Amino acid sequence: MSALLEVSGVTKTFDGFRAIDNLSFSISEPEMRAVIGPNGAGKTTFMDIVTGKTRPDTGTVRWGETSTDLTRLSEARIARLGLGRKFQKPTVFEDQTVRENLRLALKGARGPVPVLFKRRARADQIAALADQVGLSDALNIKSGALSHGQKQWLEIGMLLAQEPRLLLVDEPAAGMTTAEREKTTAMLVEAAKTRAVVVVEHDMEFVRRLNCRVTVLHEGRVLAEGSLDHVTANPQVIDVYLGRDEGDSNA
Amino acid sequence: MTLLRIPHVATVLVCLAIVTIGATVLAEAGLVSTSFVKTLGKTLCLCLVAVAMDLVWGYTGILSLGHMAFFGIGGYSIGMWLMRARTEGIVATQLERAALPPTPAEIDQAAALQIFGVVGSDEFPWMWAFSDVLFVQLLAVVAVPGLLALVFGWLAFRSRVTGVYLSILTQAGTLALSLWLFQNDSGLRGNNGLSGLQNIPGAEGVPQSTVSLWFLWASAVALGLTYVLAAWVVTDRFGSVLRAIRDDETRVRFLGYNVEAYKLAVFTGTAMLAGIAGALYYPQAGIINPAEIAPIASIYLAVWVAIGGRGRLYGAILGAAAVSLLSSWFTGGGAPDIDLGIYTVLWTDWWLVLLGFGFVAVTLFAPEGIGGLFDRIARPKRVGDLGPDAGALRQEEARGEKV
Repeated sequence: MSALLEVSGVTKTFDGFRAIDNLSFSISEPEMRAVIGPNGAGKTTFMDIVTGKTRPDTGTVRWGETSTDLTRLSEARIARLGLGRKFQKPTVFEDQTVRENLRLALKGARGPVPVLFKRRARADQIAALADQVGLSDALNIKSGALSHGQKQWLEIGMLLAQEPRLLLVDEPAAGMTTAEREKTTAMLVEAAKTRAVVVVEHDMEFVRRLNCRVTVLHEGRVLAEGSLDHVTANPQVIDVYLGRDEGDSNA
Repeated sequence: MTLLRIPHVATVLVCLAIVTIGATVLAEAGLVSTSFVKTLGKTLCLCLVAVAMDLVWGYTGILSLGHMAFFGIGGYSIGMWLMRARTEGIVATQLERAALPPTPAEIDQAAALQIFGVVGSDEFPWMWAFSDVLFVQLLAVVAVPGLLALVFGWLAFRSRVTGVYLSILTQAGTLALSLWLFQNDSGLRGNNGLSGLQNIPGAEGVPQSTVSLWFLWASAVALGLTYVLAAWVVTDRFGSVLRAIRDDETRVRFLGYNVEAYKLAVFTGTAMLAGIAGALYYPQAGIINPAEIAPIASIYLAVWVAIGGRGRLYGAILGAAAVSLLSSWFTGGGAPDIDLGIYTVLWTDWWLVLLGFGFVAVTLFAPEGIGGLFDRIARPKRVGDLGPDAGALRQEEARGEKV
C-alpha cells in the first residue's frame, strides 16, 4: 500500500518562528488518522501547507500515484486533485440555502464556462448527501439559519460532495453537544472506510472514539506516532501535552 | 423559457414594455417632449450599466469604481464614427460647389481639419484609422472595454488584490484615463470631446423626435436582453459561485474553483456591457467629453446600486432610475427653488446634499436598499425560520461559547 500523501522534511518559518520544523508525515488510503498537539504545535500550518495556502521553505509534499508535488499548485488545483479541507470554524455560505451549498461542492467541472452552460439539477445526489449528514429537512433553508452543529455537518456534507480522496478536518467536534459529537464521529468513521481522513483535534475523548492511529505534533515536529494508548504512554507526550490540566489543553 | 417565470424578470420586462410603449404613444400624440424621451432613453442606458455594476459588485463583491470609464469608452467608440461620418457628409456637400468634384482624400482632409482644427491638428490620429467603418467602431464598443478590463483584471486578480485596494486601483485607472483624455493630443479632441452625436448619418431627414424614439426602443431592448442574460447568469450554479466568492473567496478556492477566472470573466463581461450602455447613451446625450469619465461618475454608479439594493438585479434598475430621474428633475430646474428670505435654496446646488443625505439614510435604515424593502414586504420575516433548534442556542453561538 503506497502512501496517498507523503510530506517529507517540510520546514516553514514565520518571522523567525519555526512553525513547522523538518516535519514528515504520510497517510495511505483508506485510513483514519488523528493529529493532536498543544496550541502552536503547527497543526494549522501543516494543513495550510498541504492544501496550498502556505508555501513551505523547504521539503516536499507528494500526492498520489504520480507523486505530484503539491507545493507548486494553487489551492483550487489541489482541491480538484481530491483533497478536501474542513475549517475549524464552520465556513458555509450563510447567504445560500443548504441545497446551494451542497451543489457548489458536488464533484464536477469547476471552470466558469462549463459551470455557466452545463446546468444539471443533480437533485438525487444532493438529497442523498443531505440524508447522509442529517439535513434532509433543511435543504431549502439558508445555511446561516442553521444551528452550529448543523453547520458543521453541512460542511462535512460539502466535503463528501467533493468526493475527495483525502479529507482534512480541523476540530470537527468543537462547540458540539454530546449527541452531536457522536453523530459526527459516526460520519467521519463512515467516510474513512473508503478514503483517507486526517482529523486535527484537541479533545482526547473525541480522538479515543475515533479509534485510529494518532500523530502527536509538538513545536512543528512529530513527537510520537501510534495507537492512542501507545502515544499517551510516551513520557515526552505526557510532559508536553497530557500533563497539563484540562483547561489548558482545551484552550 | 423558465427565466421568464421568475417573478422579477417578468415584472421588469412588463414595466419596461409599458414605459417604452407609453412614452412612444405620448410622444406621437405630442404630450411629452423630445427631451423627455431622450431623458427616458438615457435613464434606461444608466439602468443597463447599473445591472452590470450589480453583477460585478452586488453578486461578485468586486467594488469596481471604474465601470463608468468603460461606459465612456463605449460612447467615444461610437462617437468617433458618428462625428466623422457626419462631418464628411457636411464637407462633401460644401465641396460639391467647387469647380472640380472632390476626391475622397480631399474630403478626408477637410473633415480632419474640421474635427481637429480645434486642437490644432489637421489630420486623423492613429486611433481614428477605422473610424469611417461602422462595423469596426461597433466592435470597438465592446472590444476596447473588454480588453482593458481583461488586462487590468488579470494583473489585479492574479496578485490577489481585493477589497478597498482593488477599488482604489480601479479609481486610479479611471482618473488616469480621464486626465489623458483631457489632453489635446490624446487624439480625441481633449476637453472638447465629441459632439453632434445626436445626428445620425444617413438619417438627416428624420426629425429628432423620431430619432429619440429609435434610441428609446434600442435602449429598452438592450436593457431587457441584458436583464434576462444577467438573470440567467446569476441563477443556478454560476450565480451561486459568484455569491460564494463575494462572501468567502478562500473557502471557494478550497472547493476547487479558480476564483480568479470567475472574477476575470465577470469583470470583463460587465465592462463590455457598460460599453454597450455608453454607446446607446451618448447618441442621445449628443456630446461626450472627458468629464463624463471623471472618477465621480463611477462613484455615482456605486451609489445608485447601493441605494437600489446590492445583489438584486431589480434593485440596480430601481436605484439607477430613481436617482438619475430625480437628479435630472432637480438639476434641470424641475424642482421649484425655495426662498427662505435670507437664503434661497437652489436645487441645482443642493441636490447633491439631498442625495448625500439620502445615501446616508439608506445605509442606516435600509441597508439592503430599496430592493430590500420590496423583499421585506413580499416575504415578511417568519419566526420559525431559525432551523430545528429554533435558535435557542444562537446567543451562545454568537458569542463563540461551546454549547
